[in-house]
Amino acid sequence: MKATVSIDQETCKGCELCLPVCPPKVLVMSQPVNAKGYRYPLLLDGCTGCELCAKVCPDFCFEVYREVS
Amino acid sequence: MTSELTPHDSGLEKVFEKPDLLLKAEHSLCPGCGEPVALRIILEVLQELELRDRTICVAGIGCYTAFPMIMDIDVMQALHGRAPSVATGVKRVRPDAVVFTMQGDGDMISEGLQEVIHTAARGEQVTAVVFNNAVFGETGGHMTAATVLGQHTKTTVGGRTRERHGNPIKISELLAALDGTAYVARAAVHTPSAIKLTKQYLHDAFRAQLDGKGFSFVEILTMCPTDWFVAPDQGPAFLDKHLKPIYPLGVIKGC
Amino acid sequence: MGVLLEGSCALAEAAIQAGCRFYAGYPITPSTEILEYMSVRLPEVGGSCMNAESEIEAIGMVWGAAGCGVRALTASTGQGISLMQESFAELANAQIPVVVVNMCRGQGDYFQSTRGGGHGDYRFIVLSPASAQEAADLTMQAFYISEKWRNPVMIMGDFLLSHTSEIVEFRVPDQPELPPKTWAITGAKGRRGITLSPLGPAEKLSTNVAGALAHATSKHAAIKAEEVRVDTGFLEDAVLVVVAFGFPGRFVKYAVRRARERGLRVGYVRPISLWPFPTQVLADVAQTAQAIAVFELNAGQMIEDVQLAVLGRAPVHSIGGISHDHSGFGVGPLLNVEHILKRIEDVYPRKGLT
Repeated sequence: MKATVSIDQETCKGCELCLPVCPPKVLVMSQPVNAKGYRYPLLLDGCTGCELCAKVCPDFCFEVYREVS
Repeated sequence: MTSELTPHDSGLEKVFEKPDLLLKAEHSLCPGCGEPVALRIILEVLQELELRDRTICVAGIGCYTAFPMIMDIDVMQALHGRAPSVATGVKRVRPDAVVFTMQGDGDMISEGLQEVIHTAARGEQVTAVVFNNAVFGETGGHMTAATVLGQHTKTTVGGRTRERHGNPIKISELLAALDGTAYVARAAVHTPSAIKLTKQYLHDAFRAQLDGKGFSFVEILTMCPTDWFVAPDQGPAFLDKHLKPIYPLGVIKGC
Repeated sequence: MGVLLEGSCALAEAAIQAGCRFYAGYPITPSTEILEYMSVRLPEVGGSCMNAESEIEAIGMVWGAAGCGVRALTASTGQGISLMQESFAELANAQIPVVVVNMCRGQGDYFQSTRGGGHGDYRFIVLSPASAQEAADLTMQAFYISEKWRNPVMIMGDFLLSHTSEIVEFRVPDQPELPPKTWAITGAKGRRGITLSPLGPAEKLSTNVAGALAHATSKHAAIKAEEVRVDTGFLEDAVLVVVAFGFPGRFVKYAVRRARERGLRVGYVRPISLWPFPTQVLADVAQTAQAIAVFELNAGQMIEDVQLAVLGRAPVHSIGGISHDHSGFGVGPLLNVEHILKRIEDVYPRKGLT
């Protein structure tokens, strides 16, 4: 894989700001809720490591990993 | 199907994480709030410019008052509207410090308008940053001097009108008219490209202070879905439709 | 070697000699001379003097400077002090040492100064000089005790104090060393960042708000035990004791000596610390004297502290009042030795004399 993100599911507040900014549309909201009662994003295949989700997230939930040549 | 490979399995490198200067990811601000995004950008800029050791933040009172406890820099907490005069005192006795205020629109443009105008007029070598969400967020959604015409709040029921509530103040344009102001820019955090602008403008504003050019100012439009009475994911659209036309983005006064 | 100086200038020079390096103020009679003096002297010693655009901004600038650990001063008068009250209350909560001068018009700011015109449970340590020399001495002490307790200190003067020129010697007092200012904001080099706040603790990630605020007020008992200052005279055989503070206290002392010459057994108590008030001295006086008279240029403010100290053991008479001339600066017809003598005689206990 070229890239991925790790998502802090318990810190997420379910605002969903990350979903529309993801260019390959690989973020979907979960069905279960976290301990605070919020749904959180799950990552599908196809992440390009563009960092946009991380940059818009108000709760610092994302870390982004990418192949660095 | 969700990805199950971990980053380290695949030989990837971490290219983005929260800034070191952010001591904790958890905070009590609302889902979809723009202020933590603005905070992160400020901390990234301080880290990139290696200013941590000499930075003094003077914080106002608003939702962002929850931030000093998670910022690994020295912070002097001031009163509502009063950060600019405190920042002036700090910079006058510690001219080598990098001093910036962190205020909201209610704090700066309502309560503290006099303070920021005088600080800018004198050209104090500080950087003032305002998180402008056009509403008093912490008190639960009331009109500030920056609330736009037509915007509903608990004190502009049905929408702010010229006749009943008067007109808003465009703080960036107001401050740009003063001789002591070296740099004024307005950015936002509702889209990735606006976030990029915010970072650039903050860089430029701190650079103006480091170069001794005078008072520098960055207005950052932030989302407040709670007190805009929209769902968290509708914050960016509301900002784009209702705030941005009144408060256009860009460099208003450069140096 | 003494030098002839107006009271305000003596106070300002004393501040500089005590290490004050920041002043911010706003012109208002009769405190303006302090701003003028600092405008000249502070740049000479590498300090900074700001003629702020409002009193609220002046105290804000002092907050910033003091929060960095620099000795900082402001001065104002009456309603200018009123404007600063929010900041006073919160400076006390944040435990930031500052020295504030109130050159009053009359003495009607007693309540404001000792009860706190601001909100919450804070107290100012309030010192009331009666001469230019005392103003200089107390100002030097003020910076020290403000830092010792991490509590604001107010010097309360008046028109006559600020504008009367007297010989002053500057004597920097011998004081034990104070601990390093680890609370001061300096830039977080070599350590975790800290917060200096009226709202909560200095440590990052801590939510102990209640603890931080309790700390700001738990020191009051200790301050009361250690910082009382009072000037007394002729108390041993006094039948009537006159209580007065500040420059008017000098008029009273003179009137008391004249009363003694007429055979009246009068004594005086001149509180120098208004907070903490010399309660014990007055409680003791109430055991031996037959009556207490309070001379103050207001409608009756310090008299309440006297009554609290006396707790009904002796009658307490007001012999002062509001006193202004046409200028409104508090120098009025009651500030007159003959008048004070007459009032002393009016309330002097006639029965029970031996």
